[in-house]
Amino acid sequence: MLWETIRLALQAITRNALRSFLTVLGVVIGVAAVIAMVTVGQGSSEQVRASVASLGTNVLMVRPGKQMMGPGARESAPAFSLHDATALADLPAVQAVAPIVTTGQTAVFGNANVATSVTGTTADYLTVSNWTVLRGRAFAPGEEAAGAAVCILGESLRRALFGAADPTGAVIRLKTVSCQVIGLLQAKGAGAMGQDQDDFILMPIRAVQRRLLGMQDVSTLSVALAPGVSTARGIRDVEALLRERRRIGPGQEDNFSVLDMAQIASMLSSVNAVLTGLLSSVAAVSLLVGGIGIMNIMLVSVTERTREIGIRLAVGASAAQVMTQFLVEAVVLSVIGGVLGIALGLGLAFLAAQIMVIPFSPSLGVVALAFLFSGFVGVIFGFFPARRAARLDPIEALRYQ
Amino acid sequence: MAAAQPDAQPPAQPDGPPLIELRGITRVYGTGEAEVRAVDGVDLTIRQGEFVAIMGPSGSGKSTAMNIIGCLDRPSSGQYLFNGVEVAGLSRDQRAVLRREYLGFVFQGFNLLSRTSALENVELPLIYKGLGRAERAAQARAALDKVGLGGREGHDPSQLSGGQQQRVAIARALVGNPMLILADEPTGNLDTQRSHEIMDLLTRLNRDEGITIVMVTHEEGMAAFARRLVVFVDGRLARDEPVAPRGQGG
Repeated sequence: MLWETIRLALQAITRNALRSFLTVLGVVIGVAAVIAMVTVGQGSSEQVRASVASLGTNVLMVRPGKQMMGPGARESAPAFSLHDATALADLPAVQAVAPIVTTGQTAVFGNANVATSVTGTTADYLTVSNWTVLRGRAFAPGEEAAGAAVCILGESLRRALFGAADPTGAVIRLKTVSCQVIGLLQAKGAGAMGQDQDDFILMPIRAVQRRLLGMQDVSTLSVALAPGVSTARGIRDVEALLRERRRIGPGQEDNFSVLDMAQIASMLSSVNAVLTGLLSSVAAVSLLVGGIGIMNIMLVSVTERTREIGIRLAVGASAAQVMTQFLVEAVVLSVIGGVLGIALGLGLAFLAAQIMVIPFSPSLGVVALAFLFSGFVGVIFGFFPARRAARLDPIEALRYQ
Repeated sequence: MAAAQPDAQPPAQPDGPPLIELRGITRVYGTGEAEVRAVDGVDLTIRQGEFVAIMGPSGSGKSTAMNIIGCLDRPSSGQYLFNGVEVAGLSRDQRAVLRREYLGFVFQGFNLLSRTSALENVELPLIYKGLGRAERAAQARAALDKVGLGGREGHDPSQLSGGQQQRVAIARALVGNPMLILADEPTGNLDTQRSHEIMDLLTRLNRDEGITIVMVTHEEGMAAFARRLVVFVDGRLARDEPVAPRGQGG
């Protein structure tokens, strides 16, 4: 009987195909918007989670100056030195320290000429920041100590410079420095802010300091804490040692800052979630508007089909049967809208994922929820018109022109 | 009708059990000053197998009486026994069940569902009876055959002539094996020849299937097909008399 009613509803819907389509358009757009928002939101959350993982767990970023961002006193604060790195590495709470200095450079190979960033560091950087050498090798201790002109390439830069060719053993030029490529890093993809993490060159820090920058400063210390050490204790120990080394008296403020990267990433991810929720609820409002559109058309339809309702009542349909018919019609209509909306929403989310370079991660739960919700919209907004149809007086209805 | 056997003629006044008994039926619209007594204290008994024509000027209450007999409307007061059962006080849905199980309607304007095939139109009452698809189709086909529309099951009302549309409507009234068919000006929209065909069909259903027929009409010529004529004037029964068997020319 229900299947019969659904078939009947489909008949009524296809009889007025254009109007039915326009009617469900509201639901289509609403559902598509919700699906697209949630799917894109989830994709970017996943992106953030992935980059948290790529930062490595329990990693601290130590930089000179009071703040990471904003108008800090960083310029006036003294930089770190390689000795600070060695001293930190000796702390029991610390597993490894990668001193980092970065500089923007143009990498040249043959005719290719690519602006990129050069990170001077040690082989520990690979451990601390979760990089894997895909081909070739990391820096040897001797190369680090001597500041040898060797480099490891990120995947994006390799592609830009070498295309399909194997870069290991090739020599690229940075400024006046000729630099031998000894390794290639496994790609990480886009970072938490959508930046390309693979567009860079790794060189021994001494090579960058001496050959490219002509100074001894270290701009950042990336500190991996030993397993089992809490972030709080790690921060405390690192701060205590650096205050001592930088001769900061009791009561004086730090002239450096210690940042817990995992914390920043989780904050980014929660901002992301709030934004997704906000956009989705705006989209949900359009779903509501779509529902009202369905109600409107169903009311028109009940009026238009007054005679038909009269006939049905005359041949013995009960009020409940007439009500069911119109309710099912509204539900079928909005569910069709829901299905179209899901398809459209997933399509849009897929396109957005391609453009924003984030993973396309449709969630079955959200799709199912959107489907159910669209059916629910049909029930809610179909109820009133259906009740009106069921309450028609058969005599009046039959007389209706 | 030339082929009708003279000896198969049933008695002019069947004396079957009463199917419809109206006792003091009154239907009032509005209240106070605006009160209108559309039907005013009507007593009427119709027996099973009768073919009754109801006539009367417009506003005489004949349509209201039809609606009450058809369980589409409820009397304001009075008693209505259908097949011995009191139905005046039934609820909407109970009356719907009654219509579904025992009654068939034929209207002046045919009242077929547009853009719906003849077969589906005839199936309509069976849907509400809860019959399965195959059974519905079979019964609907049989009903269409009976009204002479076999082979036109797939036609839309718009593809059928007026006479054919009314045949579909009769098949729809017929398909549930009703005890009573109520016809409200069934020939009002048809020319004389089609009208006669429809009346012949109703006569045949009455005679061969034993279906009681109550028909409202304003054409004497159509009333002549019935066996009994009831005339309403101002909400009351003005005349109630047998109709002489139709002339030999028929």
